[in-house]
Amino acid sequence: MNAIIVSALLGVIMMFTSWGIKGEKSQKYIALMGLAILILANLSQLNGWYVIEYDTKGMLAFSRYGIYANTILFTLTFLYVWINGDEISKIGNHAADFYALFFFILCGASVLTSFDNLLMLFIGIEMLSIPLYILTSSDKTSLTSNEAGLKYFLMGAFSTGILLLGITFIYGATGSFHLTVPETGFKYEMFMRSGGLILIFVAMNFKVSAAPFHFWTPDVYDGAPTVFTSFMATIAKAAGFFAFMSVFQVQYQALGYSWTLLLPFVIISTLLIGNVTAVFQRSVKRMLAYSSIAQAGFMLFALYKPSTFANEGILLYAFVYSVASIGMFGVLIKMKENSIEGFNGLAKAHPLLAFVTTIFLFSLAGIPLTGGFFAKYYMINAILVAGAGLWLVIVALVFAAISVYYYFKIIQAMYFVPGEPALGEIQNTYPYKLLVLAVLLLILGVFPNLLLNYLYF
Amino acid sequence: MPIHYYIYLSLALFCIGVTGVLTRRNAIIVFMCIELMLNAVNLLLVAFSKMFYGFGLAESPNSIVGIDAQIFVFFIMVVAAAEVSVGLAIIVMMYRNTHSVDINFLNRLKN
Repeated sequence: MNAIIVSALLGVIMMFTSWGIKGEKSQKYIALMGLAILILANLSQLNGWYVIEYDTKGMLAFSRYGIYANTILFTLTFLYVWINGDEISKIGNHAADFYALFFFILCGASVLTSFDNLLMLFIGIEMLSIPLYILTSSDKTSLTSNEAGLKYFLMGAFSTGILLLGITFIYGATGSFHLTVPETGFKYEMFMRSGGLILIFVAMNFKVSAAPFHFWTPDVYDGAPTVFTSFMATIAKAAGFFAFMSVFQVQYQALGYSWTLLLPFVIISTLLIGNVTAVFQRSVKRMLAYSSIAQAGFMLFALYKPSTFANEGILLYAFVYSVASIGMFGVLIKMKENSIEGFNGLAKAHPLLAFVTTIFLFSLAGIPLTGGFFAKYYMINAILVAGAGLWLVIVALVFAAISVYYYFKIIQAMYFVPGEPALGEIQNTYPYKLLVLAVLLLILGVFPNLLLNYLYF
Repeated sequence: MPIHYYIYLSLALFCIGVTGVLTRRNAIIVFMCIELMLNAVNLLLVAFSKMFYGFGLAESPNSIVGIDAQIFVFFIMVVAAAEVSVGLAIIVMMYRNTHSVDINFLNRLKN
């Protein structure tokens, strides 16, 4: 509750900041301060402190898990703004508007972590998506940004239509929009309910860019300004996954046996398309887009069956993946050229930057001693606990091995290929900011419980 | 009238919308087809609402069963309006840069 109200208020305040306060630096610090307030307000709900105490009539349900998921998303946004603040102000004339949009997206995300009604799911998803359309097309003079924005908008609106049809079918079958409805015994209930669920499944796959509904992702991630790609591929995607989890954790039984066919099909095609296509990319930005599809395949494991491993794993995975991706995009922003050749000889020219990039790539690939290893470990454990069969685990490991290949291509270019990297201007403090992210990944690679313990006490 | 007439009509409208999105090349018409999809859903929601209201009336004369679907319809309209404002802005921006609203233009990123 606090998160929703405070983030919406902060969004409005941020909008007026561009009118009153000049200077991008101060706007960035106001946004950071707002995010800190948001995190505190969100956590204080655990102590029973409410901004407004209001009975939501079963539309929203607040749990410790949802509040903790919010905290993770807000913390990620804080890190994101802290690192990328200067890049954001280079796009367009009013950086404060973008910060306002971030707050509105976070408002949508906090609806998505706490909804108990399909109406709120719809509203949360729209609050998440509509600002993202604006962010994608924010570089008004760049044709690629325009194209990405229009594509994302048309695809997003299309998937919203599918989501709504699914919700309507579930309503027609049960007479209620609540997430948990007992069977009502209408004549065509099972038929309409499972049909509706499959439509919702398709629409959610669109939103989290899982194959075979991923085709917009590479174009949109490639065309959008790199700073906002970083936001879309990490925080917005994590929020989408939290929503995906809470719909299907209670509803998947309605699909019965077909769920155990449908989900593995989506998982395997996502892993296949993401990993195999990423191998052939020349542009690092596009490769990261495909790798984010592949990572979505791993996150989908958590949906198979609710378990402690799945619940903890999706939080850990979302956090670790987002930190590594924000870092990786942060390095990419400073490159003048997006191709892998652009990284040639980076280790000589800028050893610290090359080192943090290596840590981020290790984590994305899931090498032990980085957070990515434990994230993948939790996901694979979740599917073993659910009893899905060993073959799915083997397939996942094979694709994880493929992913090592294309991540290591960048490391090879940095350390073993001589060349002059095309670096933009880098402030002295910038690599140290990225180092903080890398240290975070290394700590989580040894003690993943540092993140997860807060779920319980 | 039995409910399945409404279901067929709405599904027909929805499918026309989907076909339009997939086949038309003009961004504005694609956009109109998306609106058609949303409105097909609205129609279906109202039909279901009326159906459940009928069931509720059979049990008690002052039943309000099915009212939530009507409220959902208003939410869909509002969100669709918000989407229109953003979407048309993006289309106008694209028209300024390329002097066309043709989707076939959108192939710069395909390599």
